[in-house]
Amino acid sequence: MKLSRSSALLKRLQLGRRAVIAFPLVWLTLFFLLPFALVLKISLSGAAIAIPPYGPLLEYADQTLHVFLNLGNYLFLLSDSLYIAAYWGSVKTAFIATLACLLLGYPMAYAMARAPARWQLLLLLLVMLPSWTSFLIRVYAWMGILSNSGLINNLLIGVGLIDSPLRMMNTQFAVIIGIVYAYLPFMVLPLYAHLTRMDNSLLEAAADLGSRKLNTFIKVTLPLSTGGIVAGSMLVFIPAVGEFVIPELLGGPDTLMIGKVLWEEFFLNRDWPVASALAMVMLLLLLVPIVWFHRYQSREFQE
Amino acid sequence: MIRMRRPNFSTVMLVLGLLFLYLPMFVLVVYSFNASKLVTVWAGFSTQWYGELFRDQQILSAVWTSLRIAFFAASMAICLGTVAAFVMTRYGHFRGKTALSSMVTAPLVMPEVITGLSLLLLFVQMAQITGWPADRGMATIWIAHTTFCSAYVAVVVAARLREVDLSIEEAAMDLGSPPVKTFFSITLPIISPALAAGWLLAFTLSLDDLVIASFVSGPGANTLPMVVFSSVRMGVSPKINALATLIILTVSLATLLAWFFMRRNETRRKAALREG
Repeated sequence: MKLSRSSALLKRLQLGRRAVIAFPLVWLTLFFLLPFALVLKISLSGAAIAIPPYGPLLEYADQTLHVFLNLGNYLFLLSDSLYIAAYWGSVKTAFIATLACLLLGYPMAYAMARAPARWQLLLLLLVMLPSWTSFLIRVYAWMGILSNSGLINNLLIGVGLIDSPLRMMNTQFAVIIGIVYAYLPFMVLPLYAHLTRMDNSLLEAAADLGSRKLNTFIKVTLPLSTGGIVAGSMLVFIPAVGEFVIPELLGGPDTLMIGKVLWEEFFLNRDWPVASALAMVMLLLLLVPIVWFHRYQSREFQE
Repeated sequence: MIRMRRPNFSTVMLVLGLLFLYLPMFVLVVYSFNASKLVTVWAGFSTQWYGELFRDQQILSAVWTSLRIAFFAASMAICLGTVAAFVMTRYGHFRGKTALSSMVTAPLVMPEVITGLSLLLLFVQMAQITGWPADRGMATIWIAHTTFCSAYVAVVVAARLREVDLSIEEAAMDLGSPPVKTFFSITLPIISPALAAGWLLAFTLSLDDLVIASFVSGPGANTLPMVVFSSVRMGVSPKINALATLIILTVSLATLLAWFFMRRNETRRKAALREG
C-alpha cells in the first residue's frame, strides 16, 4: 500500500520533471529552431510576385507531389561579386575589431581582477554601464565625433595640426571604432570572470620558482584565461560579422558588410529568398565560432 | 608607510579604456545643451532641445510602446530563463539536454539580422497556417524579445544557481518538502538577487533592440530605437542628443543606486560574519 503510493508520487514527480523541461524546450524549439528551418526552406524557393513573396517548395497537383528545389539563390550569391565582397568585408572587419577589443580589453580585465576587492564591483559597473545605455545612441555618439565638422577634426584644425578635415566618417576605420566601442564590455566581462577565478597560489608558486613576471604571464595566466579569451572573442566576433547598425551609420559605400546587404535585400529589394540564402551562408560561416563558443559555455553550465 | 606604486601597464590601459568608453557619452551630454542646430558648433547654453523632445508625440508614444514591450518581455524571459537555468544546472542527463543547452546559449551570439529574419518568416508562415498573427506588432515583438532575452537571464541565473549550497535544498526535501515547494520557498528566495539582475538586463536589452524589432514589427508598432534610427539616419540631430542625455542619466542613476545597495549588503554580510 505504502509502496504503491510512493510509486504514484514518483510518477507525478516524473511528470512534473517532464513538464518543467518541456516549457523552455518547446518555446525555444518553436521560436528559435523552427524559424531556422523556415529560413532554409525559403532560401531554396524561388522569388515570386505574391504575398509572401516566395514560391512554394512542395505542391500537390494532378495526384503527384511536386518538389521545387531552387538552388538559384545560392548560385546567384556566387555569381555576383558584391556578395562575396560583403562576406569577406564582414569577416575582415569583425576580425580586426575583435583583435582590437582583445588587446584593449585584456589589460583592462587584468587590472580589474588585480584591483583591491572593494574597487572591483565599482570597476565592473563602470565597464558594464555603457552597455546598459542604448547601443544605437552609443554608435550615434561617434557620428558627431568622427564627421568632417566633428569634434576630432575641429580639435585638430583648431590646434593647427591639419588644414583640411581628415575623412574618418563613412570609412572602415569608423566601423571598427564603432564595433570596438560597442562590444568592448562583452570582451572584458568574460575575461574578468576567468581572471578572478584564477588560483593566486599558482602565481606565487611560479614566482617562488623564480619565474619572471612576463614569463609567468605567458606560461600561467594566459593559458588559464583561454576560456575567457574564447568566450569574449566569440561574443564580439559573431555579432560583429552580422552587424547592421554600425556599418549603416558609420560606414560608407566602400565598407560592405553582409548584415547591411541582407537588410537591404530584404527591406529594399524585397527579395526574401535571396535574403534567406544570405542568412544561411552567414550561418554556415559562423557555425565553427558558434560551436566553439557553445562548447565553452556548456562547460560553464556544467561546472 | 604608504608605498607609491609605479602605475603598471594594465592599470594605465584600464584608465584609457574607461576614458574611451565615457568620453563619447560625455560629448553627447555636453552638446545636448548646445543652442545651435548644428550639432558640432557650440553656440551657447540652451535647454530648448529638451523642450522640443517633450513635444515630439512620435517619440513619446514610441517610448511608451517600448516600455510596455520591455516590461512584458522581461517578465516572461525571467520565467523561461529561470526554468531553463534550473533544468540545465539541477537536472542530470535527459533526452534533449544537448539540444536545450544549445538553444539556450545560441541566441547570445546569433547575429540579430538572422534572428530577426527567421522570426519574421515564422510569423508569416504561422499567419498563413493558423491565421495568427494577423498583423505583426506588439505581440510578435514580445515573443521575439522574450526568446533572446531568456538566454541572457538563463546565463545570469545559472551562475547564481551553481553557487547555491545544494545541501539546503536537500535538507528541505529530506524533511518532506515537495520539489515544487522547495523551489519556491528555498531556492527562489536565495537566487532572487540574480532574478532581479536578470529582469533588469532583459528589460534593457528589450528596450535597446532595433534590428529584431524592425523585422518582426508591423506598421502599427514603432519602438523607440526604430524612431531614433530613422531620425539618426538622416544625420545628427540635437533632439536625439537630448534624448541620449536622458537615457544616460537614467541608467547612471539606476546603476549608482544598484552599486550603493550591493555595497551596503556586502558590508552587512561581512559584519554578520564577524559577529557570527
